[in-house]
Amino acid sequence: MTASLIGTRRGAIVAAILALVGIALPFLIYPIEAIDIICFALFAVAFDLLLGFTGLLSFGHALFWGGSAYVASLLMVKVGLPFPLAMLLAVLYALVLALVVGLIAIKRTGIYFAMITLAIAQIQFFFAFQLSDWTGGENGLQLGARGSFFGLPLDNDRVYYYLALAFVMAAVYFVVRVVRSPFGAVLAATRENEQRAIGLGYRVDRYKLATFVLSGSIAGLAGALYAVGNHLAGLDGVDWHTSGKVVMMSILGGIGTVFGPVVGAGIFETLEYYVSKTPIGDKTNIVLGTIFAVVILIARRGIVGEILARRRARIEEA
Amino acid sequence: MALGLSIIFGMLRVVNFAHGAMYMLGAFVAYYGAQLFHLPFFAALIVAPIVVGGFGMFLEVVFLRRLYKLDPLYNLLFTFALVLIIEDAMRLAAGALGSPYPAPDILSGATDLGFTLYPTYRLFIVVVASVVCAATWFLIERTTLGSRIRAATENPTIVRALGIDTQRLVTVVFACGVGLAAIAGVLNAPNTNVQPSMGDAIIINTFAIVVIGGMGSILGSVITGFALGVLATIGAVYYPPIANTLIFIVMVVVLLFKPSGLFGNPAEAR
Repeated sequence: MTASLIGTRRGAIVAAILALVGIALPFLIYPIEAIDIICFALFAVAFDLLLGFTGLLSFGHALFWGGSAYVASLLMVKVGLPFPLAMLLAVLYALVLALVVGLIAIKRTGIYFAMITLAIAQIQFFFAFQLSDWTGGENGLQLGARGSFFGLPLDNDRVYYYLALAFVMAAVYFVVRVVRSPFGAVLAATRENEQRAIGLGYRVDRYKLATFVLSGSIAGLAGALYAVGNHLAGLDGVDWHTSGKVVMMSILGGIGTVFGPVVGAGIFETLEYYVSKTPIGDKTNIVLGTIFAVVILIARRGIVGEILARRRARIEEA
Repeated sequence: MALGLSIIFGMLRVVNFAHGAMYMLGAFVAYYGAQLFHLPFFAALIVAPIVVGGFGMFLEVVFLRRLYKLDPLYNLLFTFALVLIIEDAMRLAAGALGSPYPAPDILSGATDLGFTLYPTYRLFIVVVASVVCAATWFLIERTTLGSRIRAATENPTIVRALGIDTQRLVTVVFACGVGLAAIAGVLNAPNTNVQPSMGDAIIINTFAIVVIGGMGSILGSVITGFALGVLATIGAVYYPPIANTLIFIVMVVVLLFKPSGLFGNPAEAR
């Protein structure tokens, strides 16, 4: 199984490096681009919490990402709620949604789980598409000023970036704590041998459901931060390609490693940006899809996962 | 369409995300065939499944075969990557906008069915689809090849011991499933524009049909496919916005009460 970086000194170093990169990012690239990267990084971490620690592959995580994006934007545009309250309610929306969807989907595993989550996410997509009076349909929902957050002027892109970064780091830290907790230990036990975990008296389904709800809520937070950052909540946020994108990011980085998906999201977004500047243009999936296919064929542990596995193999040899 | 998917999954335990892409490729084969070689529509119905089936065979032999031993999720993911690559490659080659592909003249217009007028081309689709379904059912249930395939699904080790190359069977079944998708693509080409994203719209619905009908149940996916088609049409008459969502709502309800699908085998549900 994929070794976890978490809780080791090396893990702390990796976390510190990632945090430093996060702090330096808006000085290296456009702040909006940086916001995209950290939001997708959090999205991927949320997704990895589910796949990496329960083995459930959701192909419908755009449900939470895109759904919360709409909720946050709607509340700010149509209701005029301030940013913090809109965020809170957007996350709450994802939480309730995840609870309902989880109750339906959690009974199944493997491909069935993937397809059920995908189909349910598609329901929301059609609603978003049909209710164009609210969601703006194909044009998306434009958001004007971002407002302020306890005095911080959020319409400055850099200020918004650092606020988002604070949210993202707090959420990632939270995930790390969850994974290291007794709760996380039960999850690991379930993933390795579900029958035995049940035999030990754990109500495995409840643990899975709780993880699904956590994962969905954090994905919602990421999506809402992303939408407000881009002044736009659009249909592509709830589209199944977005669900697929987060799957690719997480696996590219390495599932079950928490920091792997962060790396995966960074590489993915950066590549997408640079490939779109070449003659291939917006057909970036030719390149990204190929990379992902190669990862599936020969390096299923993902980048961080492979590095960890190599290192461990070397230690065992010595 | 759902038929091909159900066959591939039921027989091989492979979930083929790329099915929609194969459907799209089928339509493009017909389109380019007509543009470059003046390939008539009826010939395209034969050529497209062969070409796409051959492509599917190539993919199976070169890539998918390596993934069978692993969790089926990796198959799902790999075919997902294929969708992205094929779709964007076609966008690059053909542009994102669709091109019209006309139905042959004999099939245009409407036919008087006695009780109602129905577009001839739609009637033709219904007929062809019925024939293809019946042929598939016959092939699987009544021929030697079919019984070998079923046996190989049940217990590959024994079948191998009897001297049958199961690996080759798998390839053949995969190619057939993909070929069916290509036929569906050609059939639907005159209804929609031939465009790279045409597979997208249909794949999710197809998944839902297969989930509702029960995985690997051919009869189930055919009946469900037709029933939902009717349901969506009725829904569209009474309350249009819900037509597209209806199928998923049905899916959720079915999953709640009969998790293995209407015609599925409960033992295989997990």
